[in-house]
Amino acid sequence: MGAESRSRVVLVTGVSRDLGRRFARRLAAEPGVGRVIGVDAVPPRGDIGDVSFVRADIRNPVIAKVIAKEDVDTVVHMSVIATPGSAGGRGTMKELNVIGTMQLLAACQKAPGIRHLVVKSTSTVYGASSRDPAMFTEEMQPRRQPSSGYAKDVAEIEGYIRGFARRRPDVRVTTLRLANVLGPHVTSPITSYFRLPVIPTVLGFDPRLQFVHESDLMRVLTHCVHTDVAGTFNVAGDGVMLLSQAVRRLRKPTVPLVRPAVGGVAGALKSARMADFSPEQLGFLTFGRGIDTTRMRAELGFEPTYTTQAAFADFAAVVGQPRSPAEALFDGLSSLMAEPASTGAGDG
Amino acid sequence: MGDAEVIPIGTGGRPGRGSGQARPSAASRTLAGAKPRAERRERTASSSDRLRPATTTEERAPGAGIPPTEWLEALQAAAVQVFGDEWEPQLARVLAFLRRRLAGEYAVDEYGFDQEVAEKLVLASLRPIAEKWFRIEVRGAENLPPDGGALVVSNHSGTLPVDGLMTMFAVHEHTGRFLRPLGADLVFRLPFVSSLARKSGATLACTEDAERMLAGGELAGVWPEGFKGIGKPFTERYKLQRFGRGGFVAAAVRTGVPIIPLSVVGAEEIYPLIGNVPSLARLLGLPYVPITPLFPWLGPLGLVPLPSKWLMEFGEPIRTDEYDAGAADDPMLVFNVTDQVRETIQQSLYSLLMQRSSVWQ
Repeated sequence: MGAESRSRVVLVTGVSRDLGRRFARRLAAEPGVGRVIGVDAVPPRGDIGDVSFVRADIRNPVIAKVIAKEDVDTVVHMSVIATPGSAGGRGTMKELNVIGTMQLLAACQKAPGIRHLVVKSTSTVYGASSRDPAMFTEEMQPRRQPSSGYAKDVAEIEGYIRGFARRRPDVRVTTLRLANVLGPHVTSPITSYFRLPVIPTVLGFDPRLQFVHESDLMRVLTHCVHTDVAGTFNVAGDGVMLLSQAVRRLRKPTVPLVRPAVGGVAGALKSARMADFSPEQLGFLTFGRGIDTTRMRAELGFEPTYTTQAAFADFAAVVGQPRSPAEALFDGLSSLMAEPASTGAGDG
Repeated sequence: MGDAEVIPIGTGGRPGRGSGQARPSAASRTLAGAKPRAERRERTASSSDRLRPATTTEERAPGAGIPPTEWLEALQAAAVQVFGDEWEPQLARVLAFLRRRLAGEYAVDEYGFDQEVAEKLVLASLRPIAEKWFRIEVRGAENLPPDGGALVVSNHSGTLPVDGLMTMFAVHEHTGRFLRPLGADLVFRLPFVSSLARKSGATLACTEDAERMLAGGELAGVWPEGFKGIGKPFTERYKLQRFGRGGFVAAAVRTGVPIIPLSVVGAEEIYPLIGNVPSLARLLGLPYVPITPLFPWLGPLGLVPLPSKWLMEFGEPIRTDEYDAGAADDPMLVFNVTDQVRETIQQSLYSLLMQRSSVWQ
């Protein structure tokens, strides 16, 4: 950082979303970062602090002008979205993800001042199937190429990013494949799933899950802005959890459904706007997925503060139910047990 | 000769024509003799005796009559029966265990292995089957290393992978270690089977997982014959099938862990496979649909394995740590070691078969 005398100018895409906005704010307060420019097609809802917001759609070439005019040297691409949400339908989502990334990369390629590109990708790129290895390392490919949806978008985006890295070897490109991000403020398919009052599960399957706490997401992205390490890295909290375990910790009831029926329920929930299930999420909730984070530690030099379990506990503190009657019964029984034991000792 | 006595048929000995009417007709009353009235009075008296007073709720719950102190005593006695004299801390421990399971406060490793489920549920329920039903005799358990990575390579037979379960039990019984089976992807595609398999320690049989487990110091188990071995007809029993591409050898060589050959005798006879329904198997996406002497003829009862006598022999470890780093990519070496393992298992299968006096004992 010392070699770089001038302070950095960072462009952050996708700031209309909560995580993007908070990351941009946090980055603006970092030492060594001069300016942070937030870009999105829609203005952010909350307070953006010192971030200067530029309303620009990354799907059109305006973005190139922003990069040139502001003399941006670092781009943090955060607008790869998992759900259409407010953006509209699946078509819009695909356009935002794929065309948006293409335009952004095209703009970056034309800008000589760009030095660093950090992309927030996802572990969804590995897919989820019965033939998966227990832990995916960064070199592994999904066992079945995704044919549609978010997973396909991400696969295409990563393809474009690899192409960009080849064409601009002078730009340091860091791609982060994140496990599911959890936190009290996060809205994502997985958090809306866990927020359901009764949680539908796939009968007979108990997927392995991994989580990243939202504060660790902020930290790892900040770390990537400052570091000089290029490459693709899996990012997840330590350890894995089973879905059954997660649901028990939330103290919520489950409805196990046979696999063909889950699709129908997912459709109903989607139309009721309660949760947004996509085919890749269904696969994930059936087979689960684990990603190996050895490289994150050894090469990227990042250590998450929250383990998977701790990240989930923080989330469960907000979403979970209070102590269930069954647990209260066990607690009552154990306290009953404890008392006679002590009096018995006194009598003897 | 006096008058013949007329006994009507089909009325239970009572006068009448068996018409079902309570009161016999006048004709039959006269036929049957002179004391119908007295008899009737007697009958009504006895039936009124049989009338019970209305049952009260107190009687319906017989526990109500037992004083609470007796209940406590009975419970205490039961607790002593189940947990022994130190029942209070024991019961407290059981309660704490259930409470922990209920709240999800337990840990699983990265493969989804849940030690409590494996030990307290899976292995505990296998114990009677292994000890009483198959009367497994284990030899050479000292060849299993007490710690560090090792790969157990076994023959596969028996239509259903019961031999895998029994090997898991035997390994845990003799070394206290958990055998981590590497299973076919079918295992992870089936509901219930998949979640139980992961919880009891299994993972997918692929190079990545095998190497990861062995490098992590686990005791992994493979059945390289796969479906060719487990689904072979009864006539080919104890004839080892092809050992795949030798991926397991490459994994062991790459991680430098010993290979421990295991020969299992007895599993072939539990479900003798005498036929297969290939078309149905294709329809269901299964490798085969077995026909055994008992299945499907006896329905679910046909799933009870025949009580054959089992012998398991763990052979001398085959060391792989003296090969250099690139050896795993040398196909000739991998095939040679694969053949060595296969030959060892086949030979010890033959010698075990000679030692077994009969299939059943």
